[in-house]
Amino acid sequence: MKLAKVTSPHLHDRSDTSHVMKMVIVATLPGLAALSWFFGWGVLINLVWAWIVALGCEAIVVKIRKRPLGYYLNDYSALVTATLLGLALPPLAPWWLTLVGVGFAIIVAKHLYGGLGSNPFNPAAVGYVVLLISFPVQMSSWLPARGVEGAIPPGFIDSLKSIFPLLGNASVDIVTQATPLDQLKQRPGLTITEIWQPGSAFGRFAGVGWEWVNIGFLIGGLFLLFRKIIYWQIPVAMLGSLTVMSIIFWGGSGSEGHGSPLFHLLSGATMLCAFFIATDPVTAATSNRGRLIYGAGIGVLIYVIRVWGSYPDAAAFAVLLLNFCAPLIDYYVQPRTYGHNSGHNSDSDRSGDS
Amino acid sequence: MNRKLFSFPGGIHPPENKLQSLNLPIQSVPLPKRLILPLQQHIGAPAKAIVNVGDQVKKGQCLAQPQGFVSASIHAPTSGAIAEIADHEIPHPSGLASLCIVLQPDGEDSWCEAQPIADYSAAKPAELVDKIRQSGITGMGGAGFPTSVKLSPPADSKIESLIINAVECEPYITADDMLMRERAAGVIEGALILNHILQTRETLIAIEDNKPDAIAAMRRAVEALSESHNSQPHNIEIVVIPTRYPSGGEKQLIQNLTGKEVPSGKPPLHVGIVVQNTATTYAIHRAINHGEPLISRIVTLTGEALNKPGNYETLLGTPIEHLLELAGIDNQQLSRLIMGGPMMGFALDSTALPVVKTTNCLLAATNTEYPEQPPAMPCIRCGACAEACPASLLPQQLLWFSMGGELDKAEQYNVADCIECGACSYVCPSHIPLVQYYRATKGELAQRRADLIQSDHARDRFEFREERLAKEKAEKDAKRKARAEAAAKAQAAKKAAAALEAKEGGATKDSSDAKPPSDKEDVVAAALARVEAKKKAKADAAAKTQQQESS
Ligand code: SF4
Ligand code: SF4
Repeated sequence: MKLAKVTSPHLHDRSDTSHVMKMVIVATLPGLAALSWFFGWGVLINLVWAWIVALGCEAIVVKIRKRPLGYYLNDYSALVTATLLGLALPPLAPWWLTLVGVGFAIIVAKHLYGGLGSNPFNPAAVGYVVLLISFPVQMSSWLPARGVEGAIPPGFIDSLKSIFPLLGNASVDIVTQATPLDQLKQRPGLTITEIWQPGSAFGRFAGVGWEWVNIGFLIGGLFLLFRKIIYWQIPVAMLGSLTVMSIIFWGGSGSEGHGSPLFHLLSGATMLCAFFIATDPVTAATSNRGRLIYGAGIGVLIYVIRVWGSYPDAAAFAVLLLNFCAPLIDYYVQPRTYGHNSGHNSDSDRSGDS
Repeated sequence: MNRKLFSFPGGIHPPENKLQSLNLPIQSVPLPKRLILPLQQHIGAPAKAIVNVGDQVKKGQCLAQPQGFVSASIHAPTSGAIAEIADHEIPHPSGLASLCIVLQPDGEDSWCEAQPIADYSAAKPAELVDKIRQSGITGMGGAGFPTSVKLSPPADSKIESLIINAVECEPYITADDMLMRERAAGVIEGALILNHILQTRETLIAIEDNKPDAIAAMRRAVEALSESHNSQPHNIEIVVIPTRYPSGGEKQLIQNLTGKEVPSGKPPLHVGIVVQNTATTYAIHRAINHGEPLISRIVTLTGEALNKPGNYETLLGTPIEHLLELAGIDNQQLSRLIMGGPMMGFALDSTALPVVKTTNCLLAATNTEYPEQPPAMPCIRCGACAEACPASLLPQQLLWFSMGGELDKAEQYNVADCIECGACSYVCPSHIPLVQYYRATKGELAQRRADLIQSDHARDRFEFREERLAKEKAEKDAKRKARAEAAAKAQAAKKAAAALEAKEGGATKDSSDAKPPSDKEDVVAAALARVEAKKKAKADAAAKTQQQESS
């Protein structure tokens, strides 16, 4: 009889990291469904392509780093990165755009910084920002959503062909246009009636389609909260601060009014960011108070960049900036340890040593 | 009636697994072939054997005396002969061997004369504490700190609250639960004795709400007390606390019940609180009221490798295999043997080890019950560990520092305040053995402190040596100088005398001017000596006159 000599605790919760990651992917389904409905097959094709790229990159890096392959692919973190980035790309993004973005996210933003758990910046956000800076035209060419005048998302084959032009030319001309957030920014002087006229890109609350996409991600996010996969502090603080900012600076209903709170909450990547990107634990602040500050910071920055910055959507920038601050936030809001007056072991606590 | 609780941060709800060991009443254990009694079953200095191999001893006879203040005595759990006093492996995480007295029972089980204290309420606290010390009682739930030490607060400290820790928050363990169900009155008696010693304002008996039967039994015992002791009001209160691991941690319990925090590195005495474990409290009752030293305890035998799990009243020193057989061990299935609970207990690598004062539970687990942990994944900083930590530490940061060997940082982030409860490891989705890292880091810190002290000593020694050498050298120099001076003086005197002789003897000789320069120097020296002598004489005279004046 051989008795195991192991140290306590001997009991463990059944949660595990790959389970967490799988749940995150599952939770994107409602948002994914909404995106696909409004923008067509391109969304799904993009996503699958992003997965293939991510797994390929992960496999290559793991090989180079000489780590056991199965073990690392099993954590699903590469798939999460690919999913989040894939969902944020324009639906007909050319294949190389996804390749560059996902490749950069996995190889540089994740593995060159030490792999899962050691990367200070959210890989998906890094990938997105790199693409946005390098290929602004491709990155802002969105299809008009189903429901916008004359817009019918292209079929599967056409979508496939326009993503992979090597397969042949798409049979229809695919029109792209800026997103509602973009329009609000680049076409000042739209009046309220122009904005809300039927057939325009603006829907009941925000952009046509976008409101539903955001609601989809909101539903997925609530699922994650319910399953205790993410903590409430970051999304609540982020959405809260975004709301507060948009109430303070809301100057009427025209396009110069910076958009209503609801418009901001349901536009662009707001919900995707709040529940899926900002909540990435690796790159966020770790204490509860820290998470509140971190989330609120992202919300404020999103608003500031959207309204006064030069990029239409700002979620990725905001997340990266706050990633940068996370260690600092953690340092300053370190919880007070039991039996201490402050979180840090102050000098008076250690006066015996000197 | 319901006391306000203050709660504590963090905590977890692991599966309790207590029911399986609660089916049977407390079982007795037949005498084993031999009893192995380690001289160190407590924190502090090991006891010192006062018997020899071959001695016949009676049940309850003292076999080893405490050495020093923080130490505890050992008694014979039954009558028999001392077979051996030698090193044996003892149940300790280090797995090291240590000196043990081995007792061969004679089967008579005959007691030595018991010396109870007839009426504790008439006894002086010091007398009771001494009796407790003589009875070898140590903390029976945790690390085994000698109880008498805890009951001897410094004269200037005021103890407000006595807390009896009957929480038993570790999964699987039911020893205290069973003890309270069957012997509630004894536990209450023990609490009364403790209260008499400490004279606290309140006596709180804290029980987790997952032990309704024990709570009922204890409440009944307190009511019975109120009826019988009507003349003497008591201040015992049964406090039911919500089940959450580690609510039975001493610091967490204090925080939960009183809202106070024990300052880092200080004992609970510092905030006017003494905490005693249930089994210890019961042992105190047996020692004072019945004169029985601590020779047995209730051990929970549980785990899927046992057919007859339950609580067994076990003599200290009983080999664990003896107990396991009694509880129907399936040796084929046994893959892990844990002393203590699954959260904080440690794995034993042999069943030949004896039961000691702190053995509250033996968990014989199968491989399906406790499979090996999957390999650790990288920390994803999910913060689940920080959420679970009852000490409000940041386990993921501590992990980072521990892995990187950044001892200073780990110290700054208070790794020393980690109570090693294991809640963080329990929740970690990446299966990182966090506590293992902290233990290692704490060990390294302790080592570093020891080294520092040693190097301080070494430096002191070095400095002292340097100083001594310098002093010796100075003394030597001074002596040499003195010798040289004396020699010079003698020579000068001789020369001067010779010169004088020559002058007087040979007037025909050249005048003194013609003398070689060396002689001239001698003359100078002699002259100086004369001047010196004159000066001294003057000074002496002055001193004399001064003395005369002043007198
Ligand atoms: S629970 Fe584990 S993975 Fe999560 S932060 Fe703590 S150590 Fe890291
Ligand atoms: S083992 Fe230490 S760090 Fe982990 S939860 Fe317990 S007290 Fe906190």
